[in-house]
Amino acid sequence: MEDIFDTVLVRAAGISAGHPLAGVLSGRSNIIELTEKSHAAALKPEPSGGLTHSQRAALACRMARLNQEVELAYHYESMVETVDVSIADPRFDGADNPRLKTIIRHTDLVTRSPKDAGEDDIRALESAGIPVEDIVRLSELIAFVNYQVRVAAGLRLMAAVS
Amino acid sequence: MSEPIKEFTTAIPFWSPRVTPVELDQASEEQLDAMKVTPSDTGVSEYVLVLAHDPKTLKERTPLFNGIMYSRGGLSRPETELGAVAASVVNRCIYCAAVHASRYNELTDDESVMEAVFSRGADAELDPRQSAILNFATKLSKCPSEADKADMDLLKENGLEMDEILDLVLSTSLFGWANRLMHVLGDPLPREA
Repeated sequence: MEDIFDTVLVRAAGISAGHPLAGVLSGRSNIIELTEKSHAAALKPEPSGGLTHSQRAALACRMARLNQEVELAYHYESMVETVDVSIADPRFDGADNPRLKTIIRHTDLVTRSPKDAGEDDIRALESAGIPVEDIVRLSELIAFVNYQVRVAAGLRLMAAVS
Repeated sequence: MSEPIKEFTTAIPFWSPRVTPVELDQASEEQLDAMKVTPSDTGVSEYVLVLAHDPKTLKERTPLFNGIMYSRGGLSRPETELGAVAASVVNRCIYCAAVHASRYNELTDDESVMEAVFSRGADAELDPRQSAILNFATKLSKCPSEADKADMDLLKENGLEMDEILDLVLSTSLFGWANRLMHVLGDPLPREA
């Protein structure tokens, strides 16, 4: 069993074992453990598929920044290799790499405004040569990070009123 | 092919994938394990077959989903569903909104709350506790989150305990995940089609 206070989520929320919320969090330790396992599955799967671990972390960092989630952005940044640092910058659009450009565009769209994502956006990924396995992997990465940043934000607000 | 549904409804649509699902009879051991398929199982949904393209996240996601939505204690089942619906309305995930609004209606035997949420979103006129839940879940679902300490205070003032607030954070956030799969990877179509 994991120490829930040593997970990415709970560390990012700034809650330690001695915090007034510790008991409440412990009541949902199974959820926190599964969140940590999902983090491993979305960020560090072996084999990694069409996105390297560093690229996944860079996209996760970018999404955390789009969500103004400083602590998780900092966490994900630490997992990014130098070559991928630009991907984590929300001002970078992929420049002259069409595949990367399509991935970044999709990541930003589904993070910021999932309601506006449509059939054409999936076809754009396919047209960029991204196989279905990688479309689903990218979708899960985007979806997971957008879950995690909200739980972290919610926990921080809970801590503020505890 | 019929047109995707654009308006919120409690009639659960048919979900039509935008990418090709895994063929069940060609699934790997890892995919079958992640889908929790037993040899006699024939009723695997298209949605699960799409997600089986990434068995590693699917394997963790299913127990996480069930743990958040169906664990004992904490927030009541209907209020957990209200958080899920609030997120689904922000993200306009017609399918998720339909499934969880209809669950809410079954659990409460009261269709007026979901009718109000579907027609007026965060401005729906509900009782104060429901309003506080809807308000918080709606704001947390924005990008970036717009929920603040005042929204949290409102939950407490309306009688939510911290363990209930944690469950609300979890169910709302979970639909920040689920909506980004359901709404992006497929279309909600009318059942009659």
